[in-house]
Amino acid sequence: MISTLETQAKRPPFSAEKMEEVQGIIKQFPEGRHKSALLRILHIAEEEFGGWLSPETMDYVAGILNIKPIEVYEVATFYTMFNLEPTGKFVFEVCRTGPCMLVGSDDIIEYIKTKLGISKVGETSADGMFTLKTAECLGACGYGPMLQCGKQYHEHLTPEKVDALMDEYRAKYTSTNSQN
Amino acid sequence: MGRKLLLEHVDVPGIETYDVYRNHGGYKSVEKALKTMSPQEVVEEVQKSALKGRGGAGFPTGMKWSFLAKPEGVPRYLVCNADESEPGTFKDRYLMEKLPHLMVEGMITSSYALGANTSYIYIRGEYMFVLEILEKAIAEAYAKGWLGKNILGSGYDLDLYVAPGGGAYICGEETALLESLEGKRGNPRMKPPFPAIKGLYGCPTVVNNVESLCTVVPIINIGADEYLKIGTEKSSGTKLISACGNLVRPGVYEIEMGITVEEFIYGDEWCRGIANGKKIKALIPGGSSVPILPAHLITKTAAGETRYMSYESLSDGGFASGSMLGSGGFIVFDEDQCIVRNTWNFARFYSHESCGQCSPCREGTAWMEKVLHRLETGKGNMRDIDLLADINKKIEGNTICPLGDAAAWPVAAAIRHFREEFEWHVTHPEEAVKRNYGLLKTPEITL
Repeated sequence: MISTLETQAKRPPFSAEKMEEVQGIIKQFPEGRHKSALLRILHIAEEEFGGWLSPETMDYVAGILNIKPIEVYEVATFYTMFNLEPTGKFVFEVCRTGPCMLVGSDDIIEYIKTKLGISKVGETSADGMFTLKTAECLGACGYGPMLQCGKQYHEHLTPEKVDALMDEYRAKYTSTNSQN
Repeated sequence: MGRKLLLEHVDVPGIETYDVYRNHGGYKSVEKALKTMSPQEVVEEVQKSALKGRGGAGFPTGMKWSFLAKPEGVPRYLVCNADESEPGTFKDRYLMEKLPHLMVEGMITSSYALGANTSYIYIRGEYMFVLEILEKAIAEAYAKGWLGKNILGSGYDLDLYVAPGGGAYICGEETALLESLEGKRGNPRMKPPFPAIKGLYGCPTVVNNVESLCTVVPIINIGADEYLKIGTEKSSGTKLISACGNLVRPGVYEIEMGITVEEFIYGDEWCRGIANGKKIKALIPGGSSVPILPAHLITKTAAGETRYMSYESLSDGGFASGSMLGSGGFIVFDEDQCIVRNTWNFARFYSHESCGQCSPCREGTAWMEKVLHRLETGKGNMRDIDLLADINKKIEGNTICPLGDAAAWPVAAAIRHFREEFEWHVTHPEEAVKRNYGLLKTPEITL
C-alpha cells in the first residue's frame, strides 16, 4: 500500500529492482509460455504506476512480454480487480454478496457513501482520498461485513470500525507524504 | 470431539513456519511416498481412500488422477485450484493462511504421484496476502530440500509456483482456470478434450481443489484403510465446512462426515445455534450454487429421516427436497431474512460473473437478475415468477461450463420452496420493500 502512495505520479518503466522481480516471475513458466506471467505483472504494474492501468502502462507491459497490446487489453478488461481509470488514493471494496448481505453489508455500503459524501458506488470522495466500490464474494463470508483495501482485508465491520479505518488510512497517507 | 486430519495442529503457535510444522509431523507424507512408494502406489492409495473432490463437484480425486494421460516426452502438470470464489466458501483461504506448509506438502506428494515436475497453485487475485504466505512457505521448503532437484535423494525433481488471478469467479472452473493461468481471459474451454488429456499448454494436467490436495497428506500418512474408517460409507473422511450467515459462531470447522446437521448448527463444538435467539428459516449447505432448503427439510429429510452432513444425506430427495454438500459453504438464514432478496442477490452475482461466452448464460443470468430485482423492489407481477422458471430451463444444460446451471439451480429451488414469498412480494409490494429496506431505500441497480 505504502508503495502505491509513494509512486502516485510514477509512470513506466519499472525500477531496476521491480524489473528483476518481474523477470523472476516470467522464469516461473516454461520457455515460450511467458504470457502466463501477465496477470501478476499487471497487479505489480497497477501498484507501481498510480493504482490503475493506463493505456501507456498496458502497452509497456505488452512490450515486456513481447505480446500484442490487445492481448493485454483483453485481459485487463476481463478481470474485475484491475482499475482502468484513476481512483482515489485508497479503494474500499465492500463485499456485497449473499452471506455478507445477511449480516449487514448493505448498511455498511450506505454508511460509507454518507461518510464520503458520494451518491453512488464507484465515486470518489471530494478530497480524492477514498473510492468506494463493491465486490462480489471475497471469501470472508464468516467474518462479514468486510472490505478489501489494497492487499488488506478488514472484517467484522461496524460504522465505528469504518470511521477508525478511514482515520487510519488518512494518517498513513499524511505520514508517508510528509516524509517525502 | 470429532477426529481432525487437517486442522489437528491449526492452533499451535507458529504452525505456519517450517520448523514448527515439521516438528508436528510435517512432510512425513513426502518421506513416506518418495522413499517407500511408487507414484502408482500413491495414486492407488488415494483411489482406495474414495476421497471426493472438495471443490464442490465431489468427483473422486483418485479417479481423476487415473485419467491422466502419460505420453512419452510430454510434461504433465498438477495445478491446484485455489480460486475459491463460491459465495459462502472460505475454507481454502483458512487452510492456506493457517497451514501453508500443509498445502506445499500436499502439492509435493500429489505431484510425485502424477509425475509432474512443475506444479502451480492458481490463487484468486484477492487473496494476494495468502499468496505471500504461500511463497514464504515455498521458499522455506526449497531451503530445506523438499522442493527443487533430487528431493530426498529420490531422483524426483519438482518446482512449485503460485500464480494469481485477477478477480473472476469463472476461473474456479478448471478449464477457465487453465486459460487464465496461460495469461488469457477466463473463458471455459469445450470438453472434451478434458484437462487430463489436454490441459495447461496443451499438456496432460490434473486440476484439484486446495482441500483435496491437503487431504492427500493424511491419506498417505495413515493409509487409505484407516482413512476409510472415518466418516460414512459413501462419504469417507473429514470435510471442512465454512459456516456463515446468521449463526452464533460462524467459522471454518473440520467435521467427521456423518455428524447430524442439527448437531452442526446447534452443537457447542460447532456453530452454537442461530444468532440473536432467532429461528432458522433456510439453509444453503454447499455454496450459493446448490439448492436452498426450507426449515422443515434441514434437520430431517422429506421422508422424516435424520439429515446428516454427508454427500448422500444432504442430497437425499434430489432437487425436489434435498440439496448438495457442494463446497461446504454453509449459509444459514434466520427467520427475518427475505428469500426473494437473497435470490436476487445471488442472481446478480452470477450475472456479474458470467464470462459472456455462451448467450444462454450471458443473457439469461442478466434477465433473471432484472426480473428478480423487479420482484424484490415491489414492481413485479405474478407472471414474472413463471418467467423465471422459463429462463431457467433455457439456461440449464445449454452452456459450455456449469456456471449456467449454477445460476439456474438456486433460483429454481427458491421458487420451489418459497413460492408464497415471491407471490407476497407481488401482492404486498410496499410492505416487501419496507421490510427489506426501511423507508423505500432501494439498493442501486448495477448491471
